[in-house]
Amino acid sequence: MSWLLDPDALESIAIGAGILGTGGGGNPYNGKLHVRRLLEEGQRVEIVAPEEVPDDALVTSVGSIGAPIVSVERLARGDEIVVALRALEAHVRRTITHLIPGEIGGSNALRPMAGAALTGLPVIDGDGMGRAFPELQMDTFSINGLAIAPAAIVDIHHNTAIWTRVRDAKTLEDQARAVTIRMGGSAGFAFPLLSGAETKQAAIPMTITLARRIGDAVRSARREHRSPIDAIFAETAGQVLFTGKVVDIERRMAAGFARGVLTLDGLGEDRGERLVIDIQNEYLIARTQERVVAVVPDLICIVDQQTAEPVSTEVLRYGLRVVVLGMPAPDPLKTPEGLAIVGPSAFGYADVPFVPMPGVYGAPPG
Amino acid sequence: MSVRIGIDVGGTNTDAVVLQGDAVVAAVKRPTTADVTSGILAALQAVLSAAPQVDAADVRAVMIGTTHFTNAVIQRQGLARTAVLRLCLPAGQMIPPLYDWPADLREAAGAATYMLPGGYEYDGRPISALDNEALARAIDDIAARGIESVAVVGIFSPVSADQEREVATIVGTRLPGVAVSTSYEIGRIGLLQRENATALNACLAGLAQRTLAAFRAALRQSGLSAQLYLSQNDGTLMTADYVERYPVLTFASGPTNSMRGAAFLSGASDAIVLDVGGTSTDAGALVHGFPREASFEVEVGGVRTNFRMPDVVSIGIGGGSLVAADGSSVGPRSVGYRLPQEALIFGGDTLTLTDVAVHLGRAEIGEPGRVERLDRALAEQAMAYATARLEELVDALKTSPEPVPVIMVGGGALLFENQLAGASQVIRPEHAGVANALGAAISQVSGELDRVFPMDARTRLDVLDEAKAEASRLATAAGADPATIEIVEIDEIPLAYLPSSALRLRVKAVGDLRKS
Repeated sequence: MSWLLDPDALESIAIGAGILGTGGGGNPYNGKLHVRRLLEEGQRVEIVAPEEVPDDALVTSVGSIGAPIVSVERLARGDEIVVALRALEAHVRRTITHLIPGEIGGSNALRPMAGAALTGLPVIDGDGMGRAFPELQMDTFSINGLAIAPAAIVDIHHNTAIWTRVRDAKTLEDQARAVTIRMGGSAGFAFPLLSGAETKQAAIPMTITLARRIGDAVRSARREHRSPIDAIFAETAGQVLFTGKVVDIERRMAAGFARGVLTLDGLGEDRGERLVIDIQNEYLIARTQERVVAVVPDLICIVDQQTAEPVSTEVLRYGLRVVVLGMPAPDPLKTPEGLAIVGPSAFGYADVPFVPMPGVYGAPPG
Repeated sequence: MSVRIGIDVGGTNTDAVVLQGDAVVAAVKRPTTADVTSGILAALQAVLSAAPQVDAADVRAVMIGTTHFTNAVIQRQGLARTAVLRLCLPAGQMIPPLYDWPADLREAAGAATYMLPGGYEYDGRPISALDNEALARAIDDIAARGIESVAVVGIFSPVSADQEREVATIVGTRLPGVAVSTSYEIGRIGLLQRENATALNACLAGLAQRTLAAFRAALRQSGLSAQLYLSQNDGTLMTADYVERYPVLTFASGPTNSMRGAAFLSGASDAIVLDVGGTSTDAGALVHGFPREASFEVEVGGVRTNFRMPDVVSIGIGGGSLVAADGSSVGPRSVGYRLPQEALIFGGDTLTLTDVAVHLGRAEIGEPGRVERLDRALAEQAMAYATARLEELVDALKTSPEPVPVIMVGGGALLFENQLAGASQVIRPEHAGVANALGAAISQVSGELDRVFPMDARTRLDVLDEAKAEASRLATAAGADPATIEIVEIDEIPLAYLPSSALRLRVKAVGDLRKS
């Protein structure tokens, strides 16, 4: 079933995407304003379910790559992603028929919708992560062994870089990042290029709808003065892991990533407990003194106690009162192939086993 | 001994206090008037006559805290016709200036917006050179529209302000009489939020001149020749001349002044402040004498900004809170300002927290006889519930496990006992009713910067030193005595996805007001 995006759904998707951002992925606020403006100008954004995509469709993912701090200060030109996808089309001499978010968590959830408004192409309801991850190859397209090239990135002046072939996804990650820095720290991208059949096989389905459901639940709970956190878990699998306040945040940069350790002291039922969360752009591992509570790729989301407003790693500060939510990861991330790319060992935690959280990603409980 | 006068111009009352050294020698409340001047004048005259030992000539400084400018934005009144010049192209087009403003505010400000070539990269390289022809066309249009005030906003101007300064000069020369606000002097990194703050500032240009003229007139008519300062949102002072150019920086100074005033009265610099009102209790944490800042972006009149606002948490417990029939819970519903009609002790028929406290003998208000036959166990249970909620609030705001001083102010403070879990002591300062005015009077002066520093070949420590020196320079320029300047805040924010050759630093320096 396909549907047309309207400003109300957009509002909900932005909230859901922020929560699914697991602390990273960038704030969807500016992306939301961009899409809203395009909708107000009369552009259409059609969302289609994966099963409606023909096998011979030509699909790409578009979004922004780079530093969140740059994207909130040096706002994009807006059409970089369109120039990037046209560069891919020119290279393969075929016409792209569909867009898909690479990452439903954070700002890149909404970029394909801006791309859709600017090109008229439909957006597939799904993505490659089901959350946010720090590196672009950490997705189900890579896990499925699909080629990441050709790949294009474009800056605000429409300078275009295209990789016609790369050794592997990690190589593209390294090289694209180096080019992005010379492009001012943020750029628009289009990659990978997939067939409809490959997309249906590899993508995590219906995640735009999941973000929308989470956002709808939070918004109606806020309106009715109910707990937005209870509302989230009435809508999707997962649990409250901890309620507490930030007592320490230690940050450092390592290899271009914001690593850190967050310490929370319990409040309410968790009084007397302490939770420590390791960060690498996103929240990766949560531990109490006794045990590991949640491990990547399961989702660790931090939200404001009252409003369920997502708390990204960048706004963390001493004294903030938060609730830590856990959600089970999408199944494709939990296979041996998936864990090799997005499991704890991929982030340098060879000694931490992945113990999955109960439940099915995105499924309502019971 | 040096004498200072603090004034709080609120929507309802204008409060004034006289401070001699560290002692409060007089405090008064007068109604705020529509012209502002006569209300301040009345408060000044009253407070000076209440302090006969003070000679007007001894008053060295007058500090005013006011919600006047915030209210103008909220009520969409008295705003100047405003234009925004954003220096950004080809970047920035995804969201035009003021796109996220409520339509009625955009209309009240008669806003016109322009995007022009310019702006910088994070490392200070220009995105584009300024385009003088495009700028001239925009200025012609601004003139034709009868715009009164212009906001100049460039991408990454906190890294390099040269283009903003150049454009401000050109606009000032071409359009004499039009006020110009530059973003690098107002906000932090985050283009839309800084642009919003700068545009709000521009909207307030005319009102700022009129209001400051009224403030100065009130001082003159009271026979005072003291220096005039205004409080800003972080609890520090700006000179009157500075406020005339940057009125937006007065936003949210009210809660900050109230907390700092409470701290001063209690003598505690690290404490939790509980302001117990009729409907709710507002709580904030003081760290080194300053309110802890909120982490989230703050909306003013429906506009997102990145102002420094105190982190204030509210719960629905106050003197007018409704008590459940079985005493098992209190609030969040409240009779609010109708307490004098609806509470049992005043002859009403609603059981409120005040009734319960009177029954328990905590307070003597109204007619205690009317609650004499209340069920004792119910009253104790309700009071225990309300106290537990305050204790949770204290616990949530505390930054360490050790008990901390709790400062209790507000009309409902007398309902609660001095025993509060998590509190090392409960302090109930005298003069708490004029805490805002006092907060203004005791303020220091600050300088703050938020900038991305390219490391080049320098070490992190070199860059930190440069940032600290720059913050101190800003504080000195704002009127601080260089000998007293301290660096009170250093926020080091690593830049994800950028080479480690860049560092974002937010540094704040604070010092005492210069004596001369």
